[in-house]
Amino acid sequence: MKFAKLTASTLAIAAVSATSAVARDNIQVAGSSTVLPYASIVAEAFGDNTDFPTPVVESGGSSAGLKRFCQGVGEEHTDVANASRKIREKEIQACAENGVTDIIEVRIGYDGIVFASQQGGPDYTAFTQADIFTALAPKVMVDGALVDNPYTKWSDFNADLPDAEILAFIPGTKHGTREVFEEKVIAVGCEATGAMAAMIDAGMSEDDAEDACLEVRTDGRSVDIDGDYTETLASIYANVNGIGVFGLAFYENNTDKLKVATMAGVAPSTETIASGEYPVSRPLFFYVKKAHIGVIPGLKLYAQFFISDELAGPSGPLANYGLVSDPELGKIQQMVADEVVMGGGM
Amino acid sequence: MTDASMDTPTPRRKKISLVADDARTKKRNKAEKRFQAYGIGAIAIGLFFLLVLATSILRSGIPAFTTTVVSVEFTLQQEEFDEAEGQLFKTKAYSNYFISALQTTLTEKGIKVSFDEASIERVMGKIGSTLREHYSASPDTLGQPVDFSLGASSRVDGYFKGRVTREGLQDSRFLTLADLDLVDALAEAGIITTTFDWNFITGADSGVDNPGGAGIGASVVGSFFMMLVVLFLSLPIGVAASIYLEEFAPQNRWTDLVEVNISNLAAVPSIVFGILGLAVFIQFAHLPQSAPLVGGLVLTLMTLPTIIISTRASLKAVPPSIRDAALGVGASRMQSVFHHVLPLAMPGILTGTIIGLAQALGETAPLLLIGMVGFVARGYPDGFISGFIDPNSAMPAQIYTWAARADASFYEKAWGGIIILLIFLLTMNIIAIILRRRFERRW
Repeated sequence: MKFAKLTASTLAIAAVSATSAVARDNIQVAGSSTVLPYASIVAEAFGDNTDFPTPVVESGGSSAGLKRFCQGVGEEHTDVANASRKIREKEIQACAENGVTDIIEVRIGYDGIVFASQQGGPDYTAFTQADIFTALAPKVMVDGALVDNPYTKWSDFNADLPDAEILAFIPGTKHGTREVFEEKVIAVGCEATGAMAAMIDAGMSEDDAEDACLEVRTDGRSVDIDGDYTETLASIYANVNGIGVFGLAFYENNTDKLKVATMAGVAPSTETIASGEYPVSRPLFFYVKKAHIGVIPGLKLYAQFFISDELAGPSGPLANYGLVSDPELGKIQQMVADEVVMGGGM
Repeated sequence: MTDASMDTPTPRRKKISLVADDARTKKRNKAEKRFQAYGIGAIAIGLFFLLVLATSILRSGIPAFTTTVVSVEFTLQQEEFDEAEGQLFKTKAYSNYFISALQTTLTEKGIKVSFDEASIERVMGKIGSTLREHYSASPDTLGQPVDFSLGASSRVDGYFKGRVTREGLQDSRFLTLADLDLVDALAEAGIITTTFDWNFITGADSGVDNPGGAGIGASVVGSFFMMLVVLFLSLPIGVAASIYLEEFAPQNRWTDLVEVNISNLAAVPSIVFGILGLAVFIQFAHLPQSAPLVGGLVLTLMTLPTIIISTRASLKAVPPSIRDAALGVGASRMQSVFHHVLPLAMPGILTGTIIGLAQALGETAPLLLIGMVGFVARGYPDGFISGFIDPNSAMPAQIYTWAARADASFYEKAWGGIIILLIFLLTMNIIAIILRRRFERRW
């Protein structure tokens, strides 16, 4: 093994440069399965268009990716973490404890979250956040009072919705998508139906009420999917009444199988998300360890390549796959070029 | 009761005929018939499931071995080459040149259907990297016409394989109904054809927007290097451990404990070995991530108990008289083991090893944790040593990755990958059977 390591180092030194003694010459990326498709497109193009080896991109969820990212500085740790949400304060602290202090945050664009059902299923064509909340919350408002959710069919509370059993497949808690689902759909619905006000009236503090709002019913009508969207798709195909939560890109790749619903009257598309009309969207990020720039060859170029106009711009391959291009891309390009780290400072 | 009947013959006993069966015998015979029927039923159910499995794998997987290509002549000028190389996104520039050239060619050929550059772009797959590779490798072909066979987009490919239909198609930025008219016209003109996809067998993984470029070759190589590690570590360690335990070790509480633990290890879920591998080999020993070397080490841990158990079984099966005879003519214990017992036990040991390797070859769970699942298998290693250390995937991990991707074309590739994995497993099992048949001795 010692021999193998030694030979590897020798080869790497010979191949990359005479000065750096790094055994690893490829970029290691891990994190969100929502960002993975985009990262793999960029990684392939990066390998095809530069002299650096193709980066290795792993998935596993935003939280898992950031956890690995924060384990330390050094070639045995990942260089880049993909995330479908912003890094949390707690994670920044965990990073700092392990010596990962200078982190560059890069926003690559926006992704929409859509509600879709199988093509031959009931007519799920229009939802509001209140509908989703009323269908999935453990406690809902009925005649002005907060009671245990009595509804089993969508038509029970909204006559415009189909007469079908409530069954929703939502992203599991380790997914960044779950956070957006809670924040932009459930919480909004909680407020809109008056459930939140009722909770506060009942003596809950505002924070507790916000937390209580985000709970989903546990009687089997709301199912957490911990895998990726293919698993959600399979679940929907096994249950004709099922409705699932997908990323816009996944939906657009499977329009022959899936039927999408509007949210608050707006149909999801790259245009409506870019304009901000479609309410359920979120920014996508990747995080770069500044300490690895200059140590792992090509790392900065990879970050710059990712957000270049040619790739992440409105007519690039990422947008073509379903990413909503960031209107402030130029600003982010400048940030990466200057290696601006989070929390100010250089 | 038996005593009584032996001493005094009971007068009530019925006469037994040897020709006609009595009621009890009939009942017993019937029970036997029923039991046989259950057995046949069980085999039939097993065969039925095998048949269903095999047909569904073959039906879904066979299309992965063919691909739809667009064959056309294309000339790239020196200036265009220089300009493309000067850009950041070079492959896109190559692809743009090709698409505008193709538009001119098609207009000259008199294709009647109306089309524009955007529709050609939708019909073609990701072709830039193929073009760039060609012109970087042979710059002397610049300015001369070259015949290219380049992959069509995954949806056009699906149209020829029946995955995409006119009825089911909704106009999207990936493909429109008008594009299919163009595709039909091109197929009639012989420009679009379906061929055997060598790239699927020899190629590497590709980005999610390029299903046509994906192949399993690189991960086959990854699996190969992992199996080398497993073979060269687990066979000597496993055989040495079993010989010591079986032939030399004293029977005491200590060796009992070791034996019990080996049996327990054989039943440990493979994901546990993955976590162990991450903690010990990567975080503690600082071995590279995503490397077949680490994958092989983890799988060695997983395979060792299997090999030890099967080796001990085959050592036990060698009759003690062989050992006694060897010791009797003056051989030492070591000589008796290495000259007589081990050669006789070899077929069983090899069979066990190959079965263990086959099991390791199909394992995905431990690889998840050491970074071999994802967008990893990008190319062939440069040399023998780098084959162990460069990031690579393995066949089952590659299949898992493909099955999770959005484009239906990758799902097809996953089935194709299963066929290749099964071919490898079948081959290994057949080798195991042949070895056992040829070298087995019976006493």
